[in-house]
Amino acid sequence: MSEPARIDCDIHNEIPELETLYPYLPDHWLDYCRESAFNGPDAADYPENVPTAARAGSSPKPDLAEVQSNALDDVEVGILNCAYRVQSVRNEDLAASLATAINQWQVEHWLEKEPRLRASIVVPSHSPPLAAKEIDRWGHHPGFVQVILPARAEAPYGNRRYDPIYTASVKHDLALGIHYGGAPGHPPTPTGWPSYFIEDYANMAQVFQSQVISLVCEGAFERFPSLRVALIEGGFTWLPSLMWRIDKEWKGLRHNTPYVRRPPSEYMRSHLRFTIQPLDAPPNPLHLAQILDQCGGEDLLMYASDYPHCHESQDILLDLLTAEQRDKICNANARAFYRL
Amino acid sequence: MTVQFDSTATVDSGTVTSDRANGHDALYPAASAQHGTRYRAPLDTAIIATDIHIYFPTNDVLRSYLDDPWRDYHKTYGSRGFDGSHYPRAMPNAARHDAWPGDGTPPGSNLPLLQKQLLDRWNIEIGVLNPLVGAGEQRNLAFGAAFARATNEWQLAEWLDPEPRLRASIIVPWEDGHLSAAEIDKWGSHPGFVHALLIARTKEPLGRRKYWPMYEAASRHDVPIAIHFGGAGGVPITGSGYPNHYIEDHGGMPQTFQSQIISLIFEGVLKEFPTLKFVLIEGGFAWIPPLLWRMDSAWRKLGSEVPHVKEPPSDLFRRHFWVSTQPMEEPFKPDQFRQLLGQMDMDDRLLFATDYPHWDFDAPDRAFPVPLDKERRRKFMAENARALYKL
Repeated sequence: MSEPARIDCDIHNEIPELETLYPYLPDHWLDYCRESAFNGPDAADYPENVPTAARAGSSPKPDLAEVQSNALDDVEVGILNCAYRVQSVRNEDLAASLATAINQWQVEHWLEKEPRLRASIVVPSHSPPLAAKEIDRWGHHPGFVQVILPARAEAPYGNRRYDPIYTASVKHDLALGIHYGGAPGHPPTPTGWPSYFIEDYANMAQVFQSQVISLVCEGAFERFPSLRVALIEGGFTWLPSLMWRIDKEWKGLRHNTPYVRRPPSEYMRSHLRFTIQPLDAPPNPLHLAQILDQCGGEDLLMYASDYPHCHESQDILLDLLTAEQRDKICNANARAFYRL
Repeated sequence: MTVQFDSTATVDSGTVTSDRANGHDALYPAASAQHGTRYRAPLDTAIIATDIHIYFPTNDVLRSYLDDPWRDYHKTYGSRGFDGSHYPRAMPNAARHDAWPGDGTPPGSNLPLLQKQLLDRWNIEIGVLNPLVGAGEQRNLAFGAAFARATNEWQLAEWLDPEPRLRASIIVPWEDGHLSAAEIDKWGSHPGFVHALLIARTKEPLGRRKYWPMYEAASRHDVPIAIHFGGAGGVPITGSGYPNHYIEDHGGMPQTFQSQIISLIFEGVLKEFPTLKFVLIEGGFAWIPPLLWRMDSAWRKLGSEVPHVKEPPSDLFRRHFWVSTQPMEEPFKPDQFRQLLGQMDMDDRLLFATDYPHWDFDAPDRAFPVPLDKERRRKFMAENARALYKL
């Protein structure tokens, strides 16, 4: 059977170094960065040399040539997710200028040179009005299909403070992507700071769960009925358990949030999509089949390589799928979600 | 292999009894969902209720157990914890409306009412008290230690002495490992105390070394460490800041438990204390299989950072952790509950709990959403707890 070309929903295009952005920064910030010896945001959310950062034959910050030769075979469209943490730059104006510079760099160095690629708008989401401006700046560019937000922020994403971001995203019919990582200053767990990176890494799934709870329970999808959110690099096997739990909470506590008018799992199914890398799969494929069945995974999952990150094989999932299901997960779901 | 998503095409690994074979699928799910009646289990096993909450009826009662100078201290400065993260609860005191004694004292503070509504009503053989009085959350650690001591003496004098069906928790000032160790040493060999009680929202992840003296004492006395829903440790309940609503705080507690498990496993506590046991209370359990899968996967890739973790996290978890059942998981379909039990593979580790007197009480006959075979009922309702707590 010939494989249909895939849509890869998570390819990383990282900024090699702050100097890369110099040509795109206004004079004021260029002088400021030089004079202060500012090196970029202080975020240790993904150390560059950890074993998951790059697979064999790749670099943690691949350039276009590397992505073209390693990551685009059999890929119809690849979605770029730049994880530069402008949100961790406390000076909001500098953060906004860095975001603009990154997006300009993405257009010139990636989108204009490789028609198979699409990109995500980097925004200073800790300042929603400035983030909305950035979305308006690029919203008409056909190369941008998504606004990218780090999973960890100052407040969960259902909070109304983020509404300017959602208003702008919806206006330009852009998806939102919530992606692994973020360094907002407070701890990555509900119980404070862990000692090891592996804990931050494992805990990130809980942050995604918290974001789903927040988006649904704080009514983001009632305020923005056309808002669609991709959860990228956070796993998905936890989704059935979260659906059950929050549906149960809603039965007991729905008077708490009267604007949540349908069972939470219905919002999750209609507004959320999940990339499949990392898979966090069970050792028993039958258990994975149960998970897919429980949450309706064939309509919710989107293929991703997470290039250049190094994770375990996705074959345990792909081997479970019928041809029709495989087409949905590897192509059709993302095509519809990103309006490709 | 091609397996379709339809659960009818899946076969479990053999640990789960197929109720399709028993005809339950045809009888049970749609009907009960439509009519709002929940399946009732036969009460044909012993019942050990592992999560009962008691409270001081008045501050004067608490103070009568405090020594000087803490009696005056409590009167003057009160109870001071990590504030600023309060979510108004669904119900006053998060309690059942019918659990108020009626004399102005709070639910869970009146032994005769607790006997009537819980122990006698459901023929509970043994009940484990988990007093959530805030002793461990005091910022003044010395006062917290006195508060813990007072609570432990009060449990013995006013609950265990008059009611032999009850067992107590060793309350500890957990943010100080040494003070907590002293409290465990004091009560660890007393048969009335079955575990040391912590709360899920600690100030730091529980794997951190500051807590290790407490684990050392618990190991010394073979006292399990119980971690209960709730609390406020001074940081937001999500890794992304404070949510707005009680439903998010209440529904966010499973993420807190997951973080604690990640910490306890990856920070090496189980390597240092290989016989230590943990009981997770009121956190649910459907999130356990995906957490184990994620931890195992992370460990296979990133284990070089934690060389003290020498076996898959899922093996460590299944060996060291017990889990209470309330709030019961409620999957969309009954068969999914059985799938969950199969994925967990922890039939010897589930402990029935009611959470009396709280609003989300699970009754013994209605707790489980599906019929379970007698052997499983026996284990979940009593025998797992009996073995763990040596009752």
